[in-house]
Amino acid sequence: MNTPPTPSSSNRREGPPADGFSILRPPSPPIRRARHRTVLPGFGISAAITSLMIVALVVIPLAVLILRAASLGPTGFLAAAWTPRARAAYAVSLGSSLTAAIISSLLGLLVAWVLVRLEFPGRRILDALVDVPLALPTAVAGLVYSTLYVEKGWLGQWLVPVGIKGAYSLLGIVLVLVFVSLPFAIRVVQPVIESLDKDTEEAARLLGASRSQTFFRVVLPGILPAVVTGFALALARALGEYGSVVFISGNMPFKTEIAPVLIVSRLEEFAYAEATAIAVVLLGMSLSMLVVVNDLQQRLVRNSQ
Amino acid sequence: MSIRVDGVSKSFGAFKALDNVSLDVPQGTLLALLGPSGSGKTTLLRIIAGLEWPDSGRIEEDGTDITDRHARQREVGFVFQHYALFRHMSVFENVAFGMRVRKAPHAEVKARVDELLHLVRLDNLGARKPAQLSGGQRQRVALARALAIRPRILLLDEPFGALDAKVRVELRQWLRRLHDEIGMTTVFVTHDQEEAFELADDVVVMNEGHVEQRGKPEEVFDKPATPFVMDFLGNVNVYHGRVENGRAFWHGVPIDYPDYPHAQARAARVYLRPHELDIARAPSGGPSEANQGTSLAATVLRQTRTGPITRITCQPQEGGSELHVDLPSAAARQLGLQPGEAVSITPRHVRVFLPDPEYVI
Repeated sequence: MNTPPTPSSSNRREGPPADGFSILRPPSPPIRRARHRTVLPGFGISAAITSLMIVALVVIPLAVLILRAASLGPTGFLAAAWTPRARAAYAVSLGSSLTAAIISSLLGLLVAWVLVRLEFPGRRILDALVDVPLALPTAVAGLVYSTLYVEKGWLGQWLVPVGIKGAYSLLGIVLVLVFVSLPFAIRVVQPVIESLDKDTEEAARLLGASRSQTFFRVVLPGILPAVVTGFALALARALGEYGSVVFISGNMPFKTEIAPVLIVSRLEEFAYAEATAIAVVLLGMSLSMLVVVNDLQQRLVRNSQ
Repeated sequence: MSIRVDGVSKSFGAFKALDNVSLDVPQGTLLALLGPSGSGKTTLLRIIAGLEWPDSGRIEEDGTDITDRHARQREVGFVFQHYALFRHMSVFENVAFGMRVRKAPHAEVKARVDELLHLVRLDNLGARKPAQLSGGQRQRVALARALAIRPRILLLDEPFGALDAKVRVELRQWLRRLHDEIGMTTVFVTHDQEEAFELADDVVVMNEGHVEQRGKPEEVFDKPATPFVMDFLGNVNVYHGRVENGRAFWHGVPIDYPDYPHAQARAARVYLRPHELDIARAPSGGPSEANQGTSLAATVLRQTRTGPITRITCQPQEGGSELHVDLPSAAARQLGLQPGEAVSITPRHVRVFLPDPEYVI
């Protein structure tokens, strides 16, 4: 908190104020130790509620998680969280989540563009459909996807013979992760596209830019920060996803087992401390990836202003 | 490069933005499209630029039909009201954009951008982002950017509309000088008559999708062709009067009007500009004095001083709507009228418009 400098301490060295007129000023009224003054209401209360909720909802659970994992001691922690099976699970988790987030943010950009810029019948319906993955229990999505893509499924009967295995495979994991993370990528970019100034696109065209030059040089730099934010949200959502993956991935250790599934299977073995250790590693990885992405996003924002 | 607009119409849904508009802009002219919002002036400008397509009619450039030519190929410089600068690019890159997309050599781009930044007096600001500039500076960047592609014509859409009054006046004087130097055919859109009159060689007054009048600024001002132009040019007293026998009557005051020699009286609208009225204290006879000769008896209601002009609001003694008289403030002070005093008002100049003669002859 910045407190205003008090006359008694920090200003003493400076002597009389430089303008030389301070003698003419009426003596200032006794300072009401003014906090940061603002006309906006309720700063104190809202700040208190915010910090309380953050502590109750985020800080305490995470602290318990870390404390529980710490009870293992360094060697015990490594033995639980850095087994070959766990390392494979991290790799599957991170790899499929990154892939899904990249696909979601590119696809999300496209869908958002279509929803904002194109007039077509059924646009409202499509716009409403975007939010469905948020409302649908993700286990349902996992079940539907796996029935579709298994060898005898509607899509699988055509795809499996040509070598595309959409169920019980990494591809399946990526598919459901795109499904659950796409709404975030769309909804973050959509309002930014809506707020784009069409004049600048017209200006670019009048200056002789082609469609693609206009998009890549004029439009994209303006929405890239939002695309990256959408990527970060999609990534976070994908890293934490459990319900749909558990049904479509087949959960084969070293192949299609993601870290959250491994955590649950440890819990089923009553190995609570081991489970928390894996969770802490997963948390650390997710957090550092999100920090990197957010930093990138900040830099893009600064660059585009 | 001369431009010819030939019978252009354009509708947006049920709204007819342009209705069979034709217009010639000779090489080197600085032309103003003047009109209220919704008059179609911006649509016309955008059609000339190739940003909109006319439903019917043609656009020609030096006799060549360019109606179907895409904006990208028209080589027009266009300046938007809200600058439309590329926010993520520096001033330099904004100006360079048109050359960059044409893949011009770096050295040439550098030389041209420096030359243009010098022209718009922003020599040292090339590295800034648009957000770090004032409105006037941004609009000059937009102008430099438009000029960078060596356009054949320059189009400006309310170029000074978003600027504050002082910057606006400076910038338009500067634009006039710039036009005199480079002599490019220029069309700009404005709703501000002062701007149009100060800047333009030719003024085109538009209303509801058609051209009301075209002419030199002084022609349009002194000889408004239609009641709309008279009204739009602003600050005018409008009265319902009548015409007969070569005279128009305004509150019973006769005014010569040789255009209507017929004996049959007709309703007419009488327009008096506030600065074309003489005002004098009424002879001592008092407020009951009737209209005398060519002047109108009235009572002073109030005076409002706006800088060098003082506006005196009067009430004609036989009733009717208020009348404004503009005097130089010095003259008004010398006259020293008080509210409630009786005055006589004599028009130096009057314009009379007859309604469309649907029932005559």
